[in-house]
Amino acid sequence: MNNYPLEVHNVIKTFKSDSGVINAVDDVSFRVRAGEFVALVGPSGSGKTTMLSILAALLTPTAGQVLIDGQDLASMNDSRRVTLRRQKIGFTFQSNNLVPYLTALENTEFMLRLNGNLNKLGKLRSQELLSRLGLSERLHNLPSQMSGGQQQRVAIARALIHNPSLVLADEPTASLDTERAFQVVQTFAGLIHENGRAGIMVTHDLRMCQYVDRVLQMRDGKLVREYTTPHEITALAMGERVDEAASDYNLTR
Amino acid sequence: MQNLNLSNYLAFKEILRNRGRFLLIGLVIALITLLVLFIAALGEGLGNGNREYISKLDAQLLLYAEKSDYLIASSRLERNVLSQVRRVEGVAGAGPIATSNTAVILPGDEVLKVSLLGVEPGQPGEPPVVEGRQLSTDLAREVLIDRNVVVRTGLKVGDTITLRSSQGTQDEFYTLQIVGVMDGQSYSLAPSVILPYFTWDRVRPKSEAELQRLAYTTNVIAVRLNDPEQIETVSARLQSQVAGIEVADIPTAIANVPGYTAQQSTLQTQGGFTLLIGVLVIGGFFQIQVLQKVPQIGVLKAIGAANQVVALASIIQIGVVTTFGVAVGAFLSYLFSLSFPPTVPIVFNGTTSAFAVIALLLIGPIGGIVSVRYAVRIEPLKALRLA
Repeated sequence: MNNYPLEVHNVIKTFKSDSGVINAVDDVSFRVRAGEFVALVGPSGSGKTTMLSILAALLTPTAGQVLIDGQDLASMNDSRRVTLRRQKIGFTFQSNNLVPYLTALENTEFMLRLNGNLNKLGKLRSQELLSRLGLSERLHNLPSQMSGGQQQRVAIARALIHNPSLVLADEPTASLDTERAFQVVQTFAGLIHENGRAGIMVTHDLRMCQYVDRVLQMRDGKLVREYTTPHEITALAMGERVDEAASDYNLTR
Repeated sequence: MQNLNLSNYLAFKEILRNRGRFLLIGLVIALITLLVLFIAALGEGLGNGNREYISKLDAQLLLYAEKSDYLIASSRLERNVLSQVRRVEGVAGAGPIATSNTAVILPGDEVLKVSLLGVEPGQPGEPPVVEGRQLSTDLAREVLIDRNVVVRTGLKVGDTITLRSSQGTQDEFYTLQIVGVMDGQSYSLAPSVILPYFTWDRVRPKSEAELQRLAYTTNVIAVRLNDPEQIETVSARLQSQVAGIEVADIPTAIANVPGYTAQQSTLQTQGGFTLLIGVLVIGGFFQIQVLQKVPQIGVLKAIGAANQVVALASIIQIGVVTTFGVAVGAFLSYLFSLSFPPTVPIVFNGTTSAFAVIALLLIGPIGGIVSVRYAVRIEPLKALRLA
């Protein structure tokens, strides 16, 4: 059994612009274990969003290899990539996460419906998951009837309900206040650990790193540093300078 | 199949949760439908008023006087032409049709303007009755009346009617007996009263000069053929064997009724423009709808919904909204049509209405095609601002 649901080997992504060729992602390699929650951090333009898009099979790398559950994205056509996204990946985005005309429960069940395996058990699991996320009173509410934090929690439920191998979160706390942001990331981390998924969160907010197992720091498209020990990660999250790389951030606290 | 189920699910959930918005556009389509069906019905009604008698003739050809340019009112044929026509091979029957206008005086001195048509009993030109009997002889003081006259006046078989007719400088009144009722037989936008030819010649309005001169003429001659397939051959034979005539088939005769073609093309243009407005309204609505949904469609695609699901959902919504709007519009048209008096020239003809309904059902997909294309082309990366 492959213990690494996500493997990234020497990925390069270049874009052509008026000023020449830009290496948005420059020779990046890493692996994420099942049950591991990793934060991808870096300043604007560091390439983390491009990296996330590649991992999400929404963007094709110029060179290198991305394996999800051992399957090489480069060998897939569009249709297979759509199927892979549906079956193997769970997503949460910054905003506009949910389908506005579906209730919290319907939004969660939608992933099962999309995969053609919505049954009684699936419905029950969706309800349980939303209840665990503190949304038992909101099952039949539309997104417009919920707060930003509640919507993010529904998005988390949707990202996990179909048991994906890889869960990707793009700035999941961007539109939340501090207290809600901590709650959301903590819950997210708990579910990833508990269900043995590989989780990657792109964030600007280093404080959120206190709930992750590893931090990958990017700058100018390169992976410049990994924070692996609890001490390093806590120091980064607390705003203590671990090394010069942390000065990339303007921590406002 | 799974894609279709998903599309149905998304399409109907969205309609259900945004009832007001979809109801509004549905009602706009209903109003467009109402307008289009009424224009079509008006075209049919006005067209009928002009052509009904001619289009229902038991004849395949109409003979006009030479150089009359197929104008019934300006064509004059001597009655002896009839016997020449009847001798031509392939002709099964020929009857004169003589036209004029006059007024029927109703109880209470109310006046109903009618087309007075003189025909030869038993020959092409005399319409079949649906009640009572056919005309008996060329000189009988009998008339057949149009069902429209019955509806407007309440007259029935066995009653008498009084015609007012100008004879030179004087008004004369003629009393004739109704022996039969025909179905709709309007001619020249007036209900028709059919008389035996010689009776017609007696009672028709005449100028002072005509009163002095005894000349039995008819406007046109209706010709029934032994074999309707041989219309070309017999036409050519008639042209060569009978002097001083021009021959037209029934569609040509109808197209040459004064004002008919102009009237119909005006109404068709109006109908066409209304459909075009429908296409633009629906196209605009769905385009705005898709533009508002760009991030949402991006999310759907990002989490693994195929393009077909997104496109099908849009197509289903367009189909549902259009069908709903057209159905409501058609029902409203039916309700309104019940309230119109018979004097309003509105006729809901099955074929014309069906054609209009099909055109209306097509305006949704045509209008929405741009938005569906746009939805399919949305890239999740851009929609989610990841690019």
